[in-house]
Amino acid sequence: MNLTAIDWVIMFLYFAFVLGIGVFLKRFMKTSTDFFLAGRSLPAWVCGIAFMAANLGAVEVIGMGASGAKYGIATSHFYWIGAIPAMVFIGLFMMPFYYGSRARSVPEFLRLRFDEKTRAFNAIVFAVMTVLSSGISMYAMAKLIQVLHILDVPLAKMGLPMSWSFHLSVFISALIVLGYVFLGGLTSAIYNEVLQFFLIVAGFLPLVFLGLKNVGGWSGLKTQLPSAFTHSWQGMTSAQSNPLGVEWFGLVMGLGFTLSFGYWCTNFLVVQRAMAAGSMIDARRTPLIAAVPKMFFPALVILPGMIAMALPTPQQVVTVNGVVQMQTVSNGGKGLIPVKIDVATGKPAVDREGKPVLDYDLAIPNMLLHYFPTGILGLGLTALLASFMSGMAGNVTAFNTVWTYDIYQSYIHKGASDKHYLHMGQFATVFGILFSIAAAYAATRYNNLMDFLQLVFAFVNAPLFATFLLGMFWKRTTGHGAFTGLASGTAVAFLHHGSTLARGDVVGIKGGFIAVLHEYPSEMAQNFWTAIWAFSACFAITVGVTLITKPRKEKELVGLVYSLTERPSEEHLLWYQRPAYLGGLVLILALVLNIIFK
Amino acid sequence: MNLDIRYPIGWMFSLFGVILALFGLLGDKQIYARSLGVNINFDSGVGLLAFGILMLLLAWRGSAKAKAGPRTGAKD
Repeated sequence: MNLTAIDWVIMFLYFAFVLGIGVFLKRFMKTSTDFFLAGRSLPAWVCGIAFMAANLGAVEVIGMGASGAKYGIATSHFYWIGAIPAMVFIGLFMMPFYYGSRARSVPEFLRLRFDEKTRAFNAIVFAVMTVLSSGISMYAMAKLIQVLHILDVPLAKMGLPMSWSFHLSVFISALIVLGYVFLGGLTSAIYNEVLQFFLIVAGFLPLVFLGLKNVGGWSGLKTQLPSAFTHSWQGMTSAQSNPLGVEWFGLVMGLGFTLSFGYWCTNFLVVQRAMAAGSMIDARRTPLIAAVPKMFFPALVILPGMIAMALPTPQQVVTVNGVVQMQTVSNGGKGLIPVKIDVATGKPAVDREGKPVLDYDLAIPNMLLHYFPTGILGLGLTALLASFMSGMAGNVTAFNTVWTYDIYQSYIHKGASDKHYLHMGQFATVFGILFSIAAAYAATRYNNLMDFLQLVFAFVNAPLFATFLLGMFWKRTTGHGAFTGLASGTAVAFLHHGSTLARGDVVGIKGGFIAVLHEYPSEMAQNFWTAIWAFSACFAITVGVTLITKPRKEKELVGLVYSLTERPSEEHLLWYQRPAYLGGLVLILALVLNIIFK
Repeated sequence: MNLDIRYPIGWMFSLFGVILALFGLLGDKQIYARSLGVNINFDSGVGLLAFGILMLLLAWRGSAKAKAGPRTGAKD
């Protein structure tokens, strides 16, 4: 990597702006509401952009680029099916309860609607999950900086060993995120997410432009790639005939319903951004505004991955001793995607059938190195770093809030002054980040540990939406019902994963550890069906237990349940200001995109 | 909150825009072989600067409005 002074100037200016925002906001952090909820005063467009940018962590940019290279445009199902409908649903139907109940967090809403045990379950799992996700972001970023040799030259100049690249990356990113969240709380995190969002667009748009110019536009790309790569719905009637290995029902119900609604409608990480809005109407607009950039994001992250795969020149960028060189592919890589090198043996990795495994995660980084000269390269890399940091900060702010309100204030130290909880929030930011660092290092030692923990969280998350759906739209639903439903949904997810396996996988963490009763064509299909089973079990058990337990008095549920809550009045608004119209418009747009790229 | 995020965004993008555009204009042109002969630094620089200025204009208009009109607290 041959970065020059101008690249470093851009990177440092970005760090300076990010920290500067935190320093500027420090003076406004007077109460815990300022720190954890941004004083409930931000405009809708700011919350909307933060709502979509907060989950731009490690998974999003690198992962979606990788999927674009691996599966082609079918990856956009994660946006057009797996996000947009859920975002419209939470804006139109769920935000009135989240915002209207004045709950300060999602676990706190569960406490208001159900009972203490349901809240505790959700709060503890969520707190652990956020810290680990932030650690994964940190790990992925440090690993990428290492692979791209970004810090090699500065390290050599300082006379430090190359192995410090990882330590330095973790340390610097942790310090920056800690700095701006500690100083300015949620406001600072949200403002920086907005800044980061625009930066990501600015860094990736020129990349897409150059890539498309190179392959001859969209029509040129179509001729270079197999037909299923440029048609998102081709072969979806059967799992055998499309790159994802999932049939349309599993896709729509698993990804489009249970997983996506479970994430976008119940995950406090994103819901917190809407709760920071200045008014009910702005809170409802937040996810609807977020849906618009979300819809077009595939053009920025999936498209570069596809182009990396389609490039006609069989050359790839390699870095030898810190210098970027072009080398003709000899080891079976494709386009710009190199073959994955097995860390243990140093040889190209092969799958069970002896075919080389491609390192898809390098699709986007290699695109940046391939097309960007120094100058814009600094901007592109800064955009990449921004995406990781925004993911980290999102998790850290969600963590410090849930820790302080739902664990510390509820079970450890009740009734202290507001100032006390404000300080606890700042302190929680520090140890949240320390735990993340520990998680990042744990990931370097035990590669499976992260897979394992993510699996556990997938089990816990899969049934969650059933609980919220019943809680918000069926007033009889009881706390015992909700808790038993959640627990058994999680158990069913575990049983399903343990008794099925995806084709080509080995029994173990990937499934089949109880018995292999069914084989799915792909891991994606297995995950989607795990979610469908978990959701259905949670739904059925919650209903069953509810019917034999005593419901709460109706007057306690006002503002928490659909049938007992007054609809927010929209009469005074112009049609385009009304959430219902905005939501409808967003859905039509998503439908049009699906039809164009079918 | 007393910070309009459009100011820092506007300043940062304008600054990046000026840096990249000047570098594209004055720096070595050989490096653009990589970007298919497009002076991507200059082009992106101009784009970033335009976006930065737009953000600053919106922010200035916003604060002018806030000064002119009576404070209504949370809007609509």
